[in-house]
Formats: sequence, C-alpha cells, structure tokens
Amino acid sequence: MAYQNEKMPEEKVFKDPVHSYIHVRDRVIWDLVNTREFQRLRRIRQLGTTYLVFHGAEHSRFQHSLGVYEIVRRILDDGFRGREEWNEEQRLVALCAALLHDLGHGPFSHAFEKVFNLDHEHFTQQILLEQTEVHEVLRRVSPDFPQKVAEVIDKTYPDKLVVSLISSQIDADRMDYLQRDAYYTGVSYGHFDMERILRVMRPTEDQVVIKHSGMHAVEDYIMSRYQMYWQVYFHPVSRSAEVILIKILHRAKFLFETGYAFKQEPTHFISFFAQEFKLKEYIALDEGVLLTYFQLWMEEDDTILADLCDRFVNRRLFQYAEFDPAVQYMKFGELITLFKEAGLDPEYYLVTDSSSDLPYDFYRPGEENERVPIYLQLENGDLRELSRLSDVVEAISGKRRTDHKIYYPEDLLVDGNPLHEKILELLRG
Amino acid sequence: MLQEHAKIVQFISLANEVNGRKKMQKMVYILKKMNFPFAEKYELHMYGPYSEELTLRVEELCEMGFLAERFEDKGSYKQYCYQVTDEGSKFLTTAEAPKEQLPKCIERLNEKSSRFLELVSTLLFFDQLDKEDQIAKVRIVKNKLNFTDQEMDQAFAFIEEMQTSSVS
Repeated sequence: MAYQNEKMPEEKVFKDPVHSYIHVRDRVIWDLVNTREFQRLRRIRQLGTTYLVFHGAEHSRFQHSLGVYEIVRRILDDGFRGREEWNEEQRLVALCAALLHDLGHGPFSHAFEKVFNLDHEHFTQQILLEQTEVHEVLRRVSPDFPQKVAEVIDKTYPDKLVVSLISSQIDADRMDYLQRDAYYTGVSYGHFDMERILRVMRPTEDQVVIKHSGMHAVEDYIMSRYQMYWQVYFHPVSRSAEVILIKILHRAKFLFETGYAFKQEPTHFISFFAQEFKLKEYIALDEGVLLTYFQLWMEEDDTILADLCDRFVNRRLFQYAEFDPAVQYMKFGELITLFKEAGLDPEYYLVTDSSSDLPYDFYRPGEENERVPIYLQLENGDLRELSRLSDVVEAISGKRRTDHKIYYPEDLLVDGNPLHEKILELLRG
Repeated sequence: MLQEHAKIVQFISLANEVNGRKKMQKMVYILKKMNFPFAEKYELHMYGPYSEELTLRVEELCEMGFLAERFEDKGSYKQYCYQVTDEGSKFLTTAEAPKEQLPKCIERLNEKSSRFLELVSTLLFFDQLDKEDQIAKVRIVKNKLNFTDQEMDQAFAFIEEMQTSSVS
C-alpha cells in the first residue's frame, strides 16, 4: 500500500482534556508526531508568559497542534466527506498542515521574535522544506508533498478551501486555542459550542461557510474571542512579564555586543545576536534553555541583567499604570529625565506597551480590512456576511478598543526618597 | 516611547495624505522590503501582504488624535483616508529623523494605484523565488485579478527603481 494511504494496524488515540480523544489512523500523521521537530513543541508553551498569571497555563504547542489536527480531521471525516465541493484527495495535505502549522514557533515566541526580528512562519517553512525529520516523512508521501504542506500553511496553496480550514476567521486553529486556553487558564470565557459549529460548516469552492441556522453558535465563538483577548491574552501582568523578558534579551545582546565578560557565556544566543544562525540552532532552543540562562544570569556582575532575570525567574514583575499617549506623551520625556537622575536606566526600567504590540485578530467584517469575513449560507444558497445578520456580532466587530500601559519597577521607588516620590506621583497621574 | 507609532505618523506626514487602508498597508510593506525600519509584521491575506499590527497601530493613532480618518464613499467602492492632525505633528517631534531617501520613495509609492501596489507587494512577498516562480505564484494567489504581462513588467521595473532609490 502506498505510504500516503497506509493506516495504523490499530487506531492510536491521545487522551486530551479538550477533545476527549485525538484519533490517529494515518501512518503519516503518526510518523510526523514522532519526529524530533514535532516533539520539540512539548517544550514551547502555548501562552508564553501567561503561566505567571494563570498558573494552569502550562500547556504546550504540542497539545494545541494535536488539537488543531483533530478538529480538521473531524471536519473532513465527519462533515465534508462525500460532499461534492470537497476533494477527498486533499485530505492528507490538510491534516498534515493542521498538525504542523505551528512547527516554527520559538521559545516565548512573541518576545523572541520581536527582539531578534524573526518570523516563526519562516521557520515553519524551513522545517518543512529543509533536511529535517519532518521533511523526510513528508517526502515519503511524494517529492512535492513537503512543498504542498508548506503552501497551505503559507496561504499560497491553490485550493483555498484547504487553506481556510487552518487559516480564516473561523478556523480549526482558533477553535482549538480558545477552548484549550480557557481550559488551562481556568477562566469561564472561551467556551462555545464547537460541536454545533462543526455540524453547520459547509465547504464551498474557496472557503468554509456556515449554515445560517448555526449563526448563534458562531456568535458565541466571536464573543469568546473578544473576551479571551481582554481577560487572558492582553492581561497586564502577563504583559509585564513579557516586557521584562524582552528587556533581558535586549540587555544580553547589548552586553555581548559591547564586549562584556559573561560569567555564563550566552552560547546558544551568539548566532542570534549576530543574526547569522542556522535552522539547527533555532530548533535547539526551547523554553527550558532560556529559563536555564535566566537562572544563571541572576549571578552576573551586570546589575541590570541580573536584576531583570531575578524579576522574571522569581516573579518580581514591574508595576503598571494606565497611560494615555494623547495627553501624556510629553510627560514621558520628563519621566526619562527623572529615571536617569534616580540611577535607573529608562531603556530597561520605563517601558510603554500598547495593544498593537500584541495584535489579536478581532473579527473584522471585510470592507478594506483584507480579511475574508465569515459567511452565512442562506437556504437559497446565497452568502451573507455574519455581522449583517447578527446584531451581537455587529455590536462588537470592527469596534476600536485600545489600551496603553506604562511599566516600571515600583519596588525600587517606594523608599520615601523625594525623587522617587516625584516619579511615582507622575507615574500614578 | 511609542517609536513605532511615531514612524507611522511620520510616514503619513511625508505622504501628506494616504487614500485607502489597502494602499497604506502595501506602501508600508514595500518600504519595509526596501529596508526602511518599520516593525510591523505581515502575512499574506486576501489583497496581498497585510499587517494586523499596522491596522491596530493606525486605529490607536486615530484614537489618540494624532491621525484623522476620513471615510469616502466613491460609489462602487468605499475608502478611508488618513492625514496627520496638529496634535500628530507635535507628537512627531518624538520620532527619530527618517532616512533621507524615505520622502522620495513615499512620493513615488503614493502616485501608484492600490491595484498596482498590491501586485508589487505580492511579488515582493515571494522575492526569495526566481522571477518566473514569483510570477507563477502571484498568478495562483491573485488568480481573480488577471494581471497582464505588461503589468508584471511594470511592477518589476518599479521594484528595481525603488531598490535604487532607497539606497542612493
């Protein structure tokens, strides 16, 4: 039997708290799960620094990736099979893309990418297309199969329906992470009736649409996205941890570039500081490696690096205050001067953070916004954009809500020193 | 502070006005590809490279009062136009000085239609490929736009011009 059609002698199942069971019958999928690049995802948390706020949020990208695979498998095997709009020959490429879509994420992905100007999607492509175990498994299907999977993830695959399963405004990726993140953080938002949504999904030529009767289930999903963003993803304390993480990496880079003699050489980072790293070096990094360096750097002579690492490891995070740039941006200049006077380097200890620094894809109905909207399919087959029929979605879609905060080490300023008092007064408005 | 916001205000100030969100998205992407230091992250979307970060940043700047957004109904289509406000001009004092080539590049980009910029930016999105593969890729992802060979040639010539202008 051709490798691409080969089934496991017995179905393999992964017990999963969100989907109960994840079912694997295809040999290709099983082999991909067992590659070193996929196993690495066990060591990358799904929500980065959020575990410092919601202690349950230790779940990994490994779990999420399996979850996305399972949702796509159910859509295809239980929903689309036999429908004339669905080409069953696309099944394996869709399943592989679902499983592998997050393969290129690095440790504390968002912060790491920001500091080193990287893009995890680029690494996903590299892992799929270069000499890796994942690539070898995909090549056994056919020589052009790695490229096909890469194109689905890159959104350049000719069959747009396949792309929309993994990347659209109502896709398997979002449906898994909302439920999984809600489960592990323990919050009550983020839940919606996925079973219902799966039942009302319909394939069309170039995207998945929703049968009109499923509108209320989709409303619930949109509300979950909205609430999870403000309650979990953009939580100010989690942002504080990320601000410190970014500053640690910036400081280490600066020290390396200026010839500082590290007690613990930043061996794993050197190629990144020099922007001359290889895929192998990227894959070698995980959150365990970063946290080990942070622990060791707490003993460095450089007081800024040591302090920032101590703050991250021991959760002595920065305090935050509301910041309205429209009226307070001039005040920021004054704060910089005062921080310098107080011996605190504002580059590391006075940080602004905006909602655009952690973009989250609120539902946008289209217009000039470039996103394919969610379409409801009416009984006569016509398609209508969701917010035109749903008052609930109309009320929150495309609405602006922005947030700016200023982060600072309050613990270093509460000693009664008049200069520190002045700074605190300014910060607290 | 808000350095990335300041760069966007500076960009719109140098353009005087940008007509259309799509056009703004493509202009910033092309400038980024010409090594001007914009930090916004892009992905391929319906109309080519698109940055949610840029969308949010512009929304924030409008809310701060540093940018003015005007909605224009052009009959067959609608678009949003952006200009820098007086407050935005004051805020610009916090921005770092732009590379001297930036104003000229912005001027050239602003003269072009959003359809043309969509083609240019999508070609640039695939600039790791050979020219023939770039064209083939664009024809797949933009199959409904039916770009002509002449448009392709013009787009490549424009990319070359921008590359020269951005370093000269």
